[in-house]
Amino acid sequence: MIEIKDLVVAYPGARVNAVDGVSFVSAESKLTALAGPNGSGKSSIVKALLRRADIPRGSVSIDGRDVRLLSYAELARNVAVVPQREDAAFPVQVREYVALGRYPHLGLWRSPSRDDERAISEALSQAGVEDLADRDTDALSGGEWQRVRIARALAQKAPALVLDEPTTFLDIAHEMAIFELLSSLARSGLAVLLVSHQLNLVARFADTIVVLDHGRIATHGSPAEVMRADRLESIYGWPVVITRDPAIGAPALVPLRRPLQL
Amino acid sequence: MVLVAALLLIAMVAVARGAVSVSLADVIDALRGHGDPTAIAIVRDLRLPRVVLGALVGAGLGASGAALQGALRNPLAEPYLLGVSGGAAVGAVIAFAFGVTSDAIITLAAFAGGIAAVFLALGVARVGGRSARADLRTLLIAGVVVGAFANAAIMVALANASPNTVRGVLWWMMGSAADATWRRVAWLAASIVLAGGALVYWAREIDVLSLGEDTAASLGVDVERSGRRAFLLAALLAAATVSAAGLIGFVGLVVPHIARGMGLRTHRPLVIAAGLIGATLVVAADLAARTADAPTELPLGAITALVGVPFFLVQLRRIS
Repeated sequence: MIEIKDLVVAYPGARVNAVDGVSFVSAESKLTALAGPNGSGKSSIVKALLRRADIPRGSVSIDGRDVRLLSYAELARNVAVVPQREDAAFPVQVREYVALGRYPHLGLWRSPSRDDERAISEALSQAGVEDLADRDTDALSGGEWQRVRIARALAQKAPALVLDEPTTFLDIAHEMAIFELLSSLARSGLAVLLVSHQLNLVARFADTIVVLDHGRIATHGSPAEVMRADRLESIYGWPVVITRDPAIGAPALVPLRRPLQL
Repeated sequence: MVLVAALLLIAMVAVARGAVSVSLADVIDALRGHGDPTAIAIVRDLRLPRVVLGALVGAGLGASGAALQGALRNPLAEPYLLGVSGGAAVGAVIAFAFGVTSDAIITLAAFAGGIAAVFLALGVARVGGRSARADLRTLLIAGVVVGAFANAAIMVALANASPNTVRGVLWWMMGSAADATWRRVAWLAASIVLAGGALVYWAREIDVLSLGEDTAASLGVDVERSGRRAFLLAALLAAATVSAAGLIGFVGLVVPHIARGMGLRTHRPLVIAAGLIGATLVVAADLAARTADAPTELPLGAITALVGVPFFLVQLRRIS
């Protein structure tokens, strides 16, 4: 379980806090979504979780332990993160790449045991990328690369999984496949925290949605509670209507057109 | 194994060939202390230290380059971009300017200059990055800036320098294994075993760093600390080679690509292989420098640059 308590994240030189007093929980066996406009503080929360940002107030804890008190390796054994951007400079074989997910368990010198090998194979199969194991990472399509990155995170065998915009640039089929994968991972017991812009998909898959605006929580709850036209309109500053998704009746957001005000 | 064999073979040839050629059989005899005293003197006191020095310089530059390219995620990174080379030359110039003639002190001054430049680059990166954490890419740019500043300082210093100083500084700029002594070899070998060994020890961290800072952090690596460590170790290797043999360009850039071309991806074998390939390459280049236009010696750094520049251009094309 990931618990964010009264979290404040501040960047040096910035006048306002990127995250300003946010509290929520990403529980095990649940898919929790973190949404909100660009610059609302979503990625800063992920950075704070990774100890890559200063936390002047509040805390991020994993299973009751403050991330700042964990060693980097302990942190990585307890939560696996798929960051937004990743620019590997040199191609590696997919299997080698996924095997790096075992780094927090192996450290500098231990060679992979049978358990490590099993974790790698399981991660490859869970993410559906066994067939790509012998390919080089620079020969993958966008959708394949995202699934391989998720496999690398799964190889960490951490009880919590955090993904920052994993479906940006993906087409409908690949995006849906990733959401299905995350939903099944949550059902299998992981605490999955997903940062996503895709409110409509989030409304269909997530158990809880947290919507941030200017570093604070604007609305928080089940999809039905969060997907309200009036609130979302003021958060995004754009007229919207909420309809029902014809397949399963989940709330769906449709942004309206409005003339550009110049 | 193949790499070790190639290195030994080229080293044997390099010991045998030169202004006076010695047959391979006589080389082996001389190494064991038998045979003609002149041959023994040539092999043991002239050729062998030179070949070993060349091999060590190549190994240091190759390993340094492989680690840097991985840690900085930049296929065009190379040891001299850290400002080491300019700093080392400044160190040597200062030593010359104070009338120092002792080889050991000039070597140490160059080494100190190189290391000072690296710390200066770290400082510049910290200021440029507006935070307590130095971004690895900013570090690279800071290294280039410090190096350029050092070069400018040398030019100004040389404008009023005695011919002797100018000659000494030029030696640094062109790079040469000609002044090899066993003492210098021992000093370089110690630095390379220490810093190179440390790089091999921490190599897996470089594997993780090469995935990018956020991903490395998510895998349990303290990105700032590990990045700085790789940077400093690579700089240490480069500074040691520069202080022992001057500037030998492009080895640190080209060699890691050759090693990667051989299918090596993780940094532990990559750093070791790059060391071996670098050693082989510099010994071969030094052999060419001595024998291509004998008895005139061509500058070693120029030979490696002549090979390196076209390679660099091909690489640049492949990336863009």
